[in-house]
Amino acid sequence: MIQIEHIYKQFGKMEVLHDVELHFRKGEAIALIGPNGCGKTTLIKSILRMVLPTKGTIFFEGKDISVSGDQYRRNIGYMPQIGRYPDNMQIGQVIETIQSLRSDILNVDDELIYSYQLKQLYHKRMSTLSGGTRQKVSAVIAFLFNPDVLILDEPTAGLDPIASEILKEKILSARNKGKLIVITSHLLAELDELISEVVFMQDGRVQFHKKVDDLKSDEGTISLSKAISNYLKRGVA
Amino acid sequence: MTRILQLILMDIIRNRVVIAYTIFLALATWSIFFLEDSGNKALITMLNLELLVIPLISILFSAIYIYNSSEFIELLLSQPIKRSQIWINLYLGLAICLLLSFLFAVLPPLLLFGYLQNSIWLIVGGLLVSIIFISLGFLISIIQRDKAKGIGSALMIWLFFALLFDGLVLFILFQFGDYPIEKPMVFMSMMSPIDLLRIMNLMQLDASAMMGYTGAIFQQYFGSTIGTWLTLFILGIWALLPFWLSLQKFKKKDL
Repeated sequence: MIQIEHIYKQFGKMEVLHDVELHFRKGEAIALIGPNGCGKTTLIKSILRMVLPTKGTIFFEGKDISVSGDQYRRNIGYMPQIGRYPDNMQIGQVIETIQSLRSDILNVDDELIYSYQLKQLYHKRMSTLSGGTRQKVSAVIAFLFNPDVLILDEPTAGLDPIASEILKEKILSARNKGKLIVITSHLLAELDELISEVVFMQDGRVQFHKKVDDLKSDEGTISLSKAISNYLKRGVA
Repeated sequence: MTRILQLILMDIIRNRVVIAYTIFLALATWSIFFLEDSGNKALITMLNLELLVIPLISILFSAIYIYNSSEFIELLLSQPIKRSQIWINLYLGLAICLLLSFLFAVLPPLLLFGYLQNSIWLIVGGLLVSIIFISLGFLISIIQRDKAKGIGSALMIWLFFALLFDGLVLFILFQFGDYPIEKPMVFMSMMSPIDLLRIMNLMQLDASAMMGYTGAIFQQYFGSTIGTWLTLFILGIWALLPFWLSLQKFKKKDL
């Protein structure tokens, strides 16, 4: 569904992505992991064309996104790491604004609005919100239009345990509906139950892309965090 | 009207700066017409005020507005909306609001005092100078990522065109007055939209004595009609080119 071919990205002199090549297929749930600053967010933003790669092409459903126009993003729900919203808008206004821009979509999925009880907070201005509540708004917007692809950048960071449990349930149900899910996170234990594949990145390069089960059996362990730390230790040795 | 433009317009109209700007322009226009006894003099005072205040407000307000809407732009970009559509609608929104404030402030006194016919070019000039400096504001806000530096550059550009440029022209005139520098001077006056607007207006008011050096050359070279069209054409370039450049940069910007 998403084909990333030889992507390079430089910010000034710094090379953030180096020859990244990945294929994501429908029904997969992929974890993008790696140390801070390894290029995960840049890669995600390249898929959304918020960052334009220096070199290389990305295909969405077989079409080169640099020439196919912006309509491909209809099928993508994106939850940013740090959601930035106009300060003087209220929660309700933000959600209504987004909805009014996508009035072509009739069956909206507003389940998260109710499970997060956001209706009670609808009149609150975005500037007064805590980080966690902002994350909830971002999550609502990402799932709102029933997209085929969900791209979630550190979705549970800043959420309280109950809220992150609700979000995980939501991700699992989306996965069961056969959607493509891409998640970045540092909480490996949390990812374990959500994902089917792991992409490990370091210094802007993809180190491996494996099925979770293969990775675990290769490393001889049943937990994802153990498997990753075994892999890293072997690299150092 | 697209939904994005509606959202932007609603946001700008509620902005206190726009309201204050409209009130200020209205008060200034009314008082000029009450105080000046001769009509032509009032129009020239209006012109000078217009060429000083409108550029300042247009360039500062548009640059600051773009800096402050970076979050809104990001929110829109995560949806299936073209980048160029966002940028063009921001431009349209700002232009519509500032042009309407200008017309709303200036038209009633002009109508009441019966100067509407004589002041057509004054109004055209006010509209053009608004668009030109909004356009420059867009260019600054995309070149300069830092808001404080951006506002500083906007002020510098305003200072340059509104005050320093005239001094520069005068300096060159005094230094090279013995040489045939008419043609270079005409060319030089095209480098400043404010100068061009002044020339355009004064050619229409037929206040040759007040046109200054470049204005006299303009009239001599092109005559009133061709001269006016030529200035209009160059002012059109001034209005569109900076915005077009900013659009190209915005399309390639990493967010």
